[in-house]
Amino acid sequence: MGRKLLTEHINVEGIDTIEVYRKHGGYRSVEKAIKTMTPDEVVEEVKKSGLRGRGGAGFPTGLKWSFLAKPEGVPRYLVCNADESEPGTFKDRQLMSKLPHLLIEGMITSSYALGANTSYIYIRGELLYVLRILEKAIAEAYAAGFLGKNILGSGYDLDLYVHPGGGAYICGEETALLESLEGKRGNPRNKPPFPAVSGLYARPTVVNNVESIAAVPVIVNDGGDEYAKIGVGKSTGTKLISACGHLNKPGIYEIELGVPVEEFIYSDEYCGGIWKGRDLKAVVAGGSSVPILPKELILKTAAGEPRLMTYESLSDGGFVTGTMLGSGGFIAMDETTCIVRNTWNFSRFYHHESCGQCSPCREGTGWLEKILHRIEHGHGTERDIDVLASVAKQIEGNTICPLGEAAAWPVSAAIRHFRDEFEWHIRHPQEATRPGAVYPGKAVLA
Amino acid sequence: MSLPTESIQKPQFSEAAKAEIDRICKQYPAERRKSAMLPVLHIAQAEFGGWVAPEVQDLVAEVLGVKPIEVYEVSTFYTMFNLKPVGKHVLEICRTGPCQLRGSDELTLELERITGAKVGEGPSADGLFTLKEVECLAACGFAPVVQVREKYYEQLDTEESVNAMLSELRNMVHRPALPWEETGLPNALANN
Repeated sequence: MGRKLLTEHINVEGIDTIEVYRKHGGYRSVEKAIKTMTPDEVVEEVKKSGLRGRGGAGFPTGLKWSFLAKPEGVPRYLVCNADESEPGTFKDRQLMSKLPHLLIEGMITSSYALGANTSYIYIRGELLYVLRILEKAIAEAYAAGFLGKNILGSGYDLDLYVHPGGGAYICGEETALLESLEGKRGNPRNKPPFPAVSGLYARPTVVNNVESIAAVPVIVNDGGDEYAKIGVGKSTGTKLISACGHLNKPGIYEIELGVPVEEFIYSDEYCGGIWKGRDLKAVVAGGSSVPILPKELILKTAAGEPRLMTYESLSDGGFVTGTMLGSGGFIAMDETTCIVRNTWNFSRFYHHESCGQCSPCREGTGWLEKILHRIEHGHGTERDIDVLASVAKQIEGNTICPLGEAAAWPVSAAIRHFRDEFEWHIRHPQEATRPGAVYPGKAVLA
Repeated sequence: MSLPTESIQKPQFSEAAKAEIDRICKQYPAERRKSAMLPVLHIAQAEFGGWVAPEVQDLVAEVLGVKPIEVYEVSTFYTMFNLKPVGKHVLEICRTGPCQLRGSDELTLELERITGAKVGEGPSADGLFTLKEVECLAACGFAPVVQVREKYYEQLDTEESVNAMLSELRNMVHRPALPWEETGLPNALANN
């Protein structure tokens, strides 16, 4: 049984109230940081912890913090990215609705470390009910003296607000999020300048994912070195994995980084195997944008090593035989799943969510969706597969923000690993479009 | 084409909504009132029948001190804002991968059959339901999922769960009160 650093008390009755939360050690990190540490010492502990951004990119959080510009007399901001929208990812919603004070505690300690006096939690608009849970908890934190003026008599002031989005995946990209927080369309900004220099209201700004911020209290309480002892290599600490698709026990699991993928899928401690007694066909391990892998490559690397739930192990083999840990959105597909249909579905998503600023993405995602739609519906041609791969290639690297890559990768990977299934759709449209049709395997193409 | 001769009644926010808007605007620097755009649009949609008519968007512009076009360009970008009249309940059905793997296509067909409404079209004949397909709602482990206002209905893969949702909505006598009217304002924030 792995250690639970974030979710140990998640099912305690009343843990969403400050009273019960404090009985279980809540807000200790605020007292420790503000009373006994300088802001730079807090940053140093987060650096030592090896914590990597939990939103998907995996960039070291402490390093990101150290880039924050600190010109004298200019306000700076901490903004929490709670715009959880990557298909397959639903960990932050659970964390915020059940443990609102954990995020608030993390925001206070982190804001102190960064010298921010106003901080925002940008939450996706669909989660208005979670916004209300957070606002209630924030009011409790104000009343207890953890927020507002002169926190714990230290002279440090902090106001914390929750801001709802309006339904746009792109606002999970940090500069689109800042545009949205300024009341505009969520169009990502050109970089540089990076938010660390010119972010919200053109002020220095750090944007961190909910789960990253929620890890800060335990890092401050136990020390960065202790945190770094958990996990494997540069994948330190614990990670929330939101597991969905054709699993017996979908849900949110906090794992110590390093659990074997096979154990995560099949053991009763985690997902309990594939539903209906079926076989596993493929997994998208880190949210819809990361490359899909067939069963044999998700359980073992190309070299035959057991694949582990770590940043490094999942990306072993690059995009040829590997994938990414990403946001921890773990989507399992059973043997009856149509890969063409699933790829079309994801392409439709990215086309729908493209902000339209960059033509390779705006037009390219549309072409991906259209071509995949016609293959799935029995009107594909032999050329289509190569056209798809070519369009995907031309989006990559040619856009302001990573939505382009997010749209291209799933298509490239599906063709790489499941090309024969696409060919079957094109060559045998009548069989492939029958309701409930299941690809019978390569033999049928001979 | 002639211009309408009847004057359209200019919409006004209720006192409760005005108080909530004032509270929200204080969250941002005074010269950054436009930041309140999305929260105020949510309030407007809840106040005026579940959609934001052009006159309602003009009212939002007025309240925020911005040009109407600044509201239009936002309301058309974000998918949560309905730009046409809707039924009493808008059923937002998640259609993205993880929900599709667990039967969201079948759920959509079933909801169309039961309510008589069609996705992307107007409300059902009884005015009760509008069906809208949306992208990932971040509830993939509890698929398939439908959102109605602020509530998530999850694991709608059985006849019972679908019927329970629909009968709860049918039996709602009126649109529920605005959330802050039920729970009161978070008062520590009101003083800032």
